[in-house]
Amino acid sequence: MIPAPFDYVAAQSPAHALDLLDSHGDEAKLLAGGHSLLPMMKLRLAAPSVLIDIGGLAELKGIRAEGNELVIGAATPHAVLAASELVRAGAPLLAYSAAQVGDPQIRHRGTIGGSLAHADPAADLPMALLALGGSVDVLGPGGTRNIVADDFFTGFFETSMAEGELIAAVRVPRRPGLGWGYQKFVRRANDWAIVGAAAVDGRIALANMGPVPMRARAAERALADGASAAEAAQLAAEGTEPSEDVHADRDYRRHLARVLTRRALEQRR
Amino acid sequence: MQLELTVNGQRRSDDVEPRLLLVHYLREVCGLRAANVGCDTTSCGACTVLLNGASVKSCTVLAVQANGQEVTTAEGLASNGDLHPVQAAFRQEHGLQCGFCTPGMVMATVGLLSENPHPTEAEVREGLEGNFCRCTGYHNIVRAVLAAAEAGAGTEVGA
Repeated sequence: MIPAPFDYVAAQSPAHALDLLDSHGDEAKLLAGGHSLLPMMKLRLAAPSVLIDIGGLAELKGIRAEGNELVIGAATPHAVLAASELVRAGAPLLAYSAAQVGDPQIRHRGTIGGSLAHADPAADLPMALLALGGSVDVLGPGGTRNIVADDFFTGFFETSMAEGELIAAVRVPRRPGLGWGYQKFVRRANDWAIVGAAAVDGRIALANMGPVPMRARAAERALADGASAAEAAQLAAEGTEPSEDVHADRDYRRHLARVLTRRALEQRR
Repeated sequence: MQLELTVNGQRRSDDVEPRLLLVHYLREVCGLRAANVGCDTTSCGACTVLLNGASVKSCTVLAVQANGQEVTTAEGLASNGDLHPVQAAFRQEHGLQCGFCTPGMVMATVGLLSENPHPTEAEVREGLEGNFCRCTGYHNIVRAVLAAAEAGAGTEVGA
């Protein structure tokens, strides 16, 4: 499968990438690892006329501790995230979730910023960011703004980023020792979640239970009111409108959300 | 656009279309046919090569993304006519049946052992989860990887 023709520009800096986005408008797409975009282009589900490559920009790489947060460059590959001692100590659920994406080759190329911008509700990192209560530093013509995970995912493959913006970095709270659990139900190895559940302390995020990764708020409230993990998990599917496909109908997804939430909550340590 | 990179230790410069995939560049422009196009959907791993030493699926990398970088294919593993220890171990342990997945398996193994020179059997199976053998000949492949690790393949330089 061959993508439709396009022009390719390797951005020299984040500012250069913004200039290029500005001059090419919605004809352009940012390219980092390309592991969501290139498969879509090969299937001709996407046909941007310009690719702006930000995958090589040193300014968008690296992981550092800043106060009570970890700041992760958007072009950091999953393999680097999964192996980072800083991340494993400060936000172990994030390192674990990065290690669940695809396979080793995919994790060498795919990036955290790319995965979040792609906003697949079934993917690992969007659910992880939501469970951790992280946020995204978005760079645009007017400077940098920070968008919290709860406000970032707005629809199926849609985010609250405006045209002409790019993700510069991802922030997650640094909380060593906080209990967490991560559950992903798949039918085949390396697959996207049929349903996923991630818990950090009393926060619960679900994957593939609707058009966006979402919080299991009823279950969170029950936990806060003293319910057991098993009791709270019974409420995990409340307010969800999961889609149906060849893998699972709506009721089965809701069942999985309850089971996986219970397991994720019980797994916290 | 002009692409400059190193393939199996040799500097190259080629004029390529931006949409040319790395696997097609290697096979059709460089004439290196080890990396196979299997699924063409980032699943099977038959097209695995090393990009700056890390295993990647070359059906999902643009050739232009490798600009200025270093690519290694199975053709680049042997030196002075001697098989690379990973190749030798696949041969010794008969880590193949039809052979279609083999170049990808070998390159994924070289990448795996460079990150984890002495994996357990479970780590080998996890580490090769991105490579499919449709003959289902996994047992001998895993045996070959463990034998290669035993032979010190993960400590080889330059692969």
